[in-house]
Amino acid sequence: MTESLRPESDEQVREVVAWAVGEEAPLEILGRGSKRGLGRPLQTQRSLDLSGLSGITLYEPEELILRARAGTPLAEIEAALAENRQQLAFEPMDPGPLLGAEPGGGSLGGLLACNLAGPRRVKAGAARDHFLGFEAVSGRGEAFKSGGRVVKNVTGYDLCKLLAGSYGTLAVMTEATLKVLPAPEKTRSVLVLGLEERAGVQALSRALGSAHEVSAAAHLPAEIAARSAVAYIRDAGASVTLVRVEGTGLSVEHRCRALRAELADFGETEELHSHNSATAWTEIRDVGPLLGKGEAVVWRLSVAPTQGPEVAARLRAELAAQAYYDWGGGLVWLAVEGSEDLGTDDGGEAAVRRALGSGGHATLIRAPEDLRARVPVFQPQDPAKAALSERIKSGFDPRRVLNPGRMYAGV
Amino acid sequence: MKMPDPDQVIIARKAEIAAALREIVPGEGVIVEEQELKAYESDGLTAYRQVPLIVVLPSTTEEVSRVLAYCQENEVKVVPRGAGTSLSGGALPLADGILLGLGKFNRILEIDFENRCAVVQPGVTNLGITKAVEHAGFYYAPDPSSQIACTIGGNVAENAGGVHCLKYGLTTNNLLGLKMVMIDGTVVEVGGKHLESEGYDLLGLMTGSEGLLGVVTEVTVRILRKPETARALLLGFGSSEAAGDTVAAIIAGGIIPGGMEMMDKPAIHAAEAFVHAGYPLDVEALLIVELDGPEAEVDQLIERVSEIAKAEGATTLRASQSDEERLTFWAGRKAAFPAVGQISPDYYCMDGTIPRHQLAKVLTRMTELSSHYGLRVANVFHAGDGNLHPLILYDANTPGELEKAEDFGSDILKLCVEVGGVLTGEHGVGVEKRDLMGSMFTETDLDQQERVKCAFDPKALLNPGKVFPQLHSCAELGRVHINRGQLRFPDLPRF
Ligand SMILES: Cc1cc2nc3c(=O)[nH]c(=O)nc-3n(C[C@H](O)[C@H](O)[C@H](O)COP(=O)(O)OP(=O)(O)OC[C@H]3O[C@@H](n4cnc5c(N)ncnc54)[C@H](O)[C@@H]3O)c2cc1C
Repeated sequence: MTESLRPESDEQVREVVAWAVGEEAPLEILGRGSKRGLGRPLQTQRSLDLSGLSGITLYEPEELILRARAGTPLAEIEAALAENRQQLAFEPMDPGPLLGAEPGGGSLGGLLACNLAGPRRVKAGAARDHFLGFEAVSGRGEAFKSGGRVVKNVTGYDLCKLLAGSYGTLAVMTEATLKVLPAPEKTRSVLVLGLEERAGVQALSRALGSAHEVSAAAHLPAEIAARSAVAYIRDAGASVTLVRVEGTGLSVEHRCRALRAELADFGETEELHSHNSATAWTEIRDVGPLLGKGEAVVWRLSVAPTQGPEVAARLRAELAAQAYYDWGGGLVWLAVEGSEDLGTDDGGEAAVRRALGSGGHATLIRAPEDLRARVPVFQPQDPAKAALSERIKSGFDPRRVLNPGRMYAGV
Repeated sequence: MKMPDPDQVIIARKAEIAAALREIVPGEGVIVEEQELKAYESDGLTAYRQVPLIVVLPSTTEEVSRVLAYCQENEVKVVPRGAGTSLSGGALPLADGILLGLGKFNRILEIDFENRCAVVQPGVTNLGITKAVEHAGFYYAPDPSSQIACTIGGNVAENAGGVHCLKYGLTTNNLLGLKMVMIDGTVVEVGGKHLESEGYDLLGLMTGSEGLLGVVTEVTVRILRKPETARALLLGFGSSEAAGDTVAAIIAGGIIPGGMEMMDKPAIHAAEAFVHAGYPLDVEALLIVELDGPEAEVDQLIERVSEIAKAEGATTLRASQSDEERLTFWAGRKAAFPAVGQISPDYYCMDGTIPRHQLAKVLTRMTELSSHYGLRVANVFHAGDGNLHPLILYDANTPGELEKAEDFGSDILKLCVEVGGVLTGEHGVGVEKRDLMGSMFTETDLDQQERVKCAFDPKALLNPGKVFPQLHSCAELGRVHINRGQLRFPDLPRF
């Protein structure tokens, strides 16, 4: 049985970690637990649950900043922003449904620790790009801070970047400040139907390389499109390539028209308006609806956009797999079906790494615990980088008490 | 500003070190003559000068790797240098260290329009990247005013910004990959053409690390398609409060302009005298608001911003009707530094960031400080993101004025921190603000930063004397302080 400790103040967080350091008793760090199934399984007897550190502590819409305690539900933050017609521009995905948890269950700390992003990544970046400052407790049981509450800041190392995507292995954040941005007045998407994957990604490249400020670009092969809740996409009976534009009403209309003209030589084009467009991008963002709630193992591949279809083609030659593309082709969501039947018990790991070659990386996002214990979940690092990561870890958490082994063994 | 005491043993070994370096970097790539070394004695922070022991100008990653491995083995300090335009003394040489110039790394290696990126060597200038891709309608977005001269390697090291960063982000938001060499000679590749680097975000950590963690020898940057159109508004106000309120109202109205710059009266007058941009001289504050993007949107937003400015009491309101006019609006702002240079023998450029709503308070306090020190100050301000550049006017030939200017500058930066801001928005800590770090960070905060340094450079040979007020040994920093047995298990809710 694991024991869960639920501090209610920053000082209590520090006390727990200091105790853990003294006892060399490793802790699982939890925001609200929605992404617990992500990463290598932990061998800890205790978890540090941050849901007691909750609440927005500063929100200044005209300064474009929001500060909240680490356990604040993301849903609460998004609601507060929506009231002021603002948003987290990086459009964080909600991995809950994909991982078998309830939707909307994530916390601010978890969002940052996993460096979440969504389709708008191509234009606005990921959580890391909007993360301005934090207060945290290191794996030495010491409270420290970095960054600030302003966007332009180069005072000292950018430890926000280091903590973003560190999966709780370096420090326990207790409070964080984010840059927020206005929400667009209007959203529409242009669809091109029936393209094969390479042509689909070419169309996305052209759209992203245009002056029309595309804010998202995805390609859904026919069998994936058939699962969409948007009738237009589901009933297309063909692959669907989607490009999103956002802005003032007039501008969105104008740019949709221009994009349709620009993409006309690829094939038949359509337009999706507000509600349908929003539903489609939420599905693409959250993955779960499109790759099915089944048992398939799910990988996330980050590659050069034009490499997306090449990598997927190499994989399909080896595995029974389905894939779709976000980020203009640069993000491949891959479901590996029935890997046990194929006689591979690695969830396609070897094939995935082979297919990548030397460019890009892959992360095992959804898999049973025993598989995540057996194969590298994150991209294995070359010896120099692995050694560097270990030294960085040692600087923050020398006794390995914070989520040890969540990313890599020894880190 | 005190630099670490030079190591006389290393200085005495100059000839031997030069000979060893010549084995690695052949020909004219190793400079030892006092006369030639002098060209490198300072960067953009010209008040500080130091002739380096030796200058080395490698031209391949392999050479950099061997030079650094040699330096690590022989405990020779290394200061990397791009174009030397740093305003914080980041590239200030050391008497007992080599200056590693990256100027020969000046090639564009690959342009990949389909993946919207370019792979370049660190010595390529910021503008050089845009020049290489503009024939296809692309550009590299971060645009420091020094862009003709400064290098992308220096931009990475300082996380440089520019007037378009409000909408398009800083250097850190526009990078995809790096190749870097660590002090032990190991070459590490981070990221690539994909959007996220794996493992810990070393790309993000390296950006803004001021040459203290590694030497960058290759950079992959994102390139963007040029906006369809851009128009600017020139807005004059009777008070800086009104200008500040306008900025807040524009953003509260959901508009993020491509650029939003403010100048105060002294800066307006200096700029107008220098370039004759047609700025109004009877206003207290001037705003330039540039809107870029699809034509339909830009025209609509120009209208909206004009309405906001009128409501806030703008006394001058001109919208650019042509690209030529837009560039004229900008000409004065872009030349603000040299313009101030015309009205004073010397000026000292500061770089704090404040929460925007504190602008009026900070400007008032700055006026008081100005009369206290008896030195004039002109302000240019990246108004959208709160990054303030006060230019303190002084005369270095008047004894004591430089010191006075520095004290004035320190007071301004401490004021920025006091109102919730930071010491430096884009110019870096360098030597200049090193001793002010304690006004923003606790000792624990700084120790944690130094431990990052230890992970990369345990002997502190890369750019020592910069960023950190005092260096602790990595052994000391690595120690874990525990009070075993004395810590009680915290009394907390458990489940
Ligand atoms: C007139 C003027 C206007 C300016 N305007 C702006 C502005 O608008 N925005 C802004 O952000 N800055 C501005 N600056 C400051 C300066 O131009 C930037 O900081 C720039 O990024 C420095 O680039 P550089 O090539 O000159 O680097 P250098 O000055 O040579 O070096 C800067 C730092 O980078 C390190 N470094 C350089 N190359 C490498 C490398 N390859 N690997 C590792 N470390 C390296 C050096 O050690 C040093 O610490 C301005 C400067 C001047 C003089």
